[in-house]
Amino acid sequence: MRYIEHDNVVRRMNGRNLVNKLFKSIFLLATLSALLALVILLYQIVSQGVNHLSFDFLVNYASRFPEQAGIKAALVGSIWLMLVVAPTSIILGVGSAIYLEEYAGKNRITTFIQMNISNLAGVPSVVFGLLGLTIFVRALALGNSVLAAGFTMSLLILPVIIVASQEAIRSVPGELRDASYGMGATKWQTIVKIILPAAIPGILTGSILALSRAIGETAPLIVVGIPVIIQFLPKGVMDTFTALPMQIYDWSSRPQPEFQQVAAAGIIVLMVVLLLMNSVAVIIRNKFEKRY
Amino acid sequence: MSTTNTIYNNGKTAELVKDDSTSSASKSVYDTQQLNLWYGDNHALKNIDLDIKQNEVTAIIGPSGCGKSTYLKTLNRMVELVPSVKTSGQILYRGRNIFDKDYGVEELRTRVGMVFQKPNPFPKSIYDNIAYGPRIHGIKNKKILDEIVEKSLRGAAIWDEVKDRLHENAYSVSGGQQQRICIARALAIEPDVILMDEPTSALDPISTLKIEELVQELKKDYSIIIVTHNMQQAARISDKTAFFLNGEVIEYDKTDTIFSNPSDKRTEDYISGRFG
Ligand SMILES: Nc1ncnc2c1ncn2[C@@H]1O[C@H](COP(=O)(O)OP(=O)(O)OP(=O)(O)O)[C@@H](O)[C@H]1O
Ligand SMILES: [Mg+2]
Repeated sequence: MRYIEHDNVVRRMNGRNLVNKLFKSIFLLATLSALLALVILLYQIVSQGVNHLSFDFLVNYASRFPEQAGIKAALVGSIWLMLVVAPTSIILGVGSAIYLEEYAGKNRITTFIQMNISNLAGVPSVVFGLLGLTIFVRALALGNSVLAAGFTMSLLILPVIIVASQEAIRSVPGELRDASYGMGATKWQTIVKIILPAAIPGILTGSILALSRAIGETAPLIVVGIPVIIQFLPKGVMDTFTALPMQIYDWSSRPQPEFQQVAAAGIIVLMVVLLLMNSVAVIIRNKFEKRY
Repeated sequence: MSTTNTIYNNGKTAELVKDDSTSSASKSVYDTQQLNLWYGDNHALKNIDLDIKQNEVTAIIGPSGCGKSTYLKTLNRMVELVPSVKTSGQILYRGRNIFDKDYGVEELRTRVGMVFQKPNPFPKSIYDNIAYGPRIHGIKNKKILDEIVEKSLRGAAIWDEVKDRLHENAYSVSGGQQQRICIARALAIEPDVILMDEPTSALDPISTLKIEELVQELKKDYSIIIVTHNMQQAARISDKTAFFLNGEVIEYDKTDTIFSNPSDKRTEDYISGRFG
């Protein structure tokens, strides 16, 4: 007796192909609607903001008069913020990932830590703002400085970086570790010479995506008490500053309609910055393309 | 102590080995005594006694899951990377128990090279693959590294095929060539013993033949312990054969004897393909 009736299979083929096509169209539709929303959003922002966009906009400080308002303080402030956040979060994040993946044994405590890291990634950013306010601004008396805000943002994106780095480290084939240990390499040599080079594309891509989240976050900055109107640039990490999303938020909440255009111009600048960061991530991924 | 220094006293260890082999071919490299090993509750190796001789090829055969790889990985203590592993008994390597508290695993592994079942070159250039071992053991001089790379690749009979592409990625060559690069990489640390875990199981017949010829060549300078599922291969290339079954050594003897006149019924059944 045969289990597969080939005549039946042929007869049902049409129906199967139809279902196949149907789902293909449904998924295509889903993609297109997401794309459409994005296009509308972009169109609205660009059409509103493009008139206000100029070189002056980039080099002027904020102002009461919409036509004179510029984004200099916020742009430079965001760059300062990144200069603190990037090294802090990447060093701590990759360090934790290496510890968890390569050194820590699998026991209750590490499982507990692991679980909490994943949960932390889902905690609302305001909560991190409150944490930063209590620890960095008040307890460590850093005030509303670049450093305090940078540390707060680092905490916020740390879980994402840790998880991304862990995944990158875990995806390095075990055979490479075996080969290295088999030749008498120590754990540290194996990590530095084999594991990290193979994991670096994943680590950097994850980190840059996390950093682009940090550059667009507003809530923690508000809670930490970062001002909006600033007529000077920070000279060091202990100075106060303002950042792109803060500035945009402020402009868009002003009553004069002209400020909506200024806000849109600010959003364009923020998006260009994000685009640049994401391109760096893509370039890194392609450059380090690996083969196993 | 002095042990770590001798590794790169170019050729000295090899010479020493040769002298010994002419005087007494039966000097032992690895003397395993009452070795037991558990993965958690799984008793994977049971009361193993094996005396492995210098400048010989020792084949380990047996059905899947009988503990061949486990035994091989115990010889260079790679098995300890599995957290649940416990051992008892001792393995004397050149007279010294490798489980001794003050025996450094790194030291042991520079004397005992390993070749794995699947070719596993690093995602680096061929040159950097071979130079990896010497570099981690502190060799920085470019000229010495060049020499080691050439010597090792020649030793693994792959030099002519890759000498013009040393700086290409090691994954750009065929699987059989990759495996010989891995053998060359193991030779580069100038080991005393080479452990091979089914080194040809992922390869085509021609590459397999090349590696078998290579093993014959290498045993002049090294002692080789090889796990294989291929009975003909064991018969062709080994001097001694150990038959493992369920974590025990059933029979260990000259390869000729094992294949022509085994003393245990189970050995006979296995090599004649009646189970396994
Ligand atoms: N990492 C591990 N953790 C737990 N148990 C293991 C581990 N590796 C092997 N074992 C167990 O130890 C026993 C011996 O395994 P081993 O890999 O040594 O067999 P083998 O003889 O090499 O088999 P094969 O011919 O299939 O490679 C098996 O029962 C296996 O399930
Ligand atoms: Mg095996």
